[in-house]
Amino acid sequence: MENQLLDERTETDLLHEAKEGNFAAFQQLVTKLQPRVYGLTFRILHQAQDAEDATQQTFMALIEHIADFREESSVATWVLRIATNNALKILRKKRTVKMVSMSEMASEDSYSDVPHPEFIAPWSQTAEEIAQQSEVQEELQKALLELDDKYRLVFILRDVEGLSVRDTAHALELTESNVKVRLLRARLILRERLTKKFGDALQAMIPDHKHS
Amino acid sequence: MTCEELLKALNDYVDGAQLTEICEEFSQHLAGCDPCQVVVDNIRQTISLYRAGQPYAMPKSFEERLQQSLKQRWEEKHGGSGASATFG
Ligand SMILES: [Zn+2]
Repeated sequence: MENQLLDERTETDLLHEAKEGNFAAFQQLVTKLQPRVYGLTFRILHQAQDAEDATQQTFMALIEHIADFREESSVATWVLRIATNNALKILRKKRTVKMVSMSEMASEDSYSDVPHPEFIAPWSQTAEEIAQQSEVQEELQKALLELDDKYRLVFILRDVEGLSVRDTAHALELTESNVKVRLLRARLILRERLTKKFGDALQAMIPDHKHS
Repeated sequence: MTCEELLKALNDYVDGAQLTEICEEFSQHLAGCDPCQVVVDNIRQTISLYRAGQPYAMPKSFEERLQQSLKQRWEEKHGGSGASATFG
């Protein structure tokens, strides 16, 4: 009965109770948020052990900082930002050749070198139908992993997790305009790659670059 | 609006920005340019496809370990009176 009551509380309600020291509410909040936190860190790190570490660090940090959280964003957005930071820390440690520094690569992004669509064809099935197929998720993750980190992270936060451009920029310490440029690139690269797989070649079109 | 310009304004359109000026120019272009229309559709489908799946379930064993660690840390921090920490 008590549990049922808890289930009806929003994340914000649970947050407030957790702030007052209610561990059951805190646990409930963790249960609500953990699929997104784990999913996000797994997509970034692509390794179960690393995703578990990042997830655990995130909720540990939540215990530390919950009292100071000023609720300028939703609790989910805040927690996903912490999760992103933790995942990035792990990612940096693993990248020996090239350090992942989101802001260091920030200045060079512009719309001038956005890739042009090459293979243009309508998909033969809807996204919902395709999502049902086995192996598709693996295919999607593979496509994501082929992206540079700087494009991948923006796409994961904005398009997979559905954060706003502003919150994505905040989480990655980028400007909003940089987020937009990177997002466009990520979307175009993934579109190209997935359309080669799911597009109907019989209806392929020739890009008309001279059209005005 | 050229195809090139359309490409650069794509994000705002895909994200459903309420910039009517862009939208109008955009729609006009799309009405007369099948390749751009298909590119826009493809991008929307790409995003939907990534959003459609929830493939990474947290391992049950980890969930249990996580709950344990959190409980322990919580009790350290809050003095472990455990007033409301017994069910869940
Ligand atoms: Zn066009």
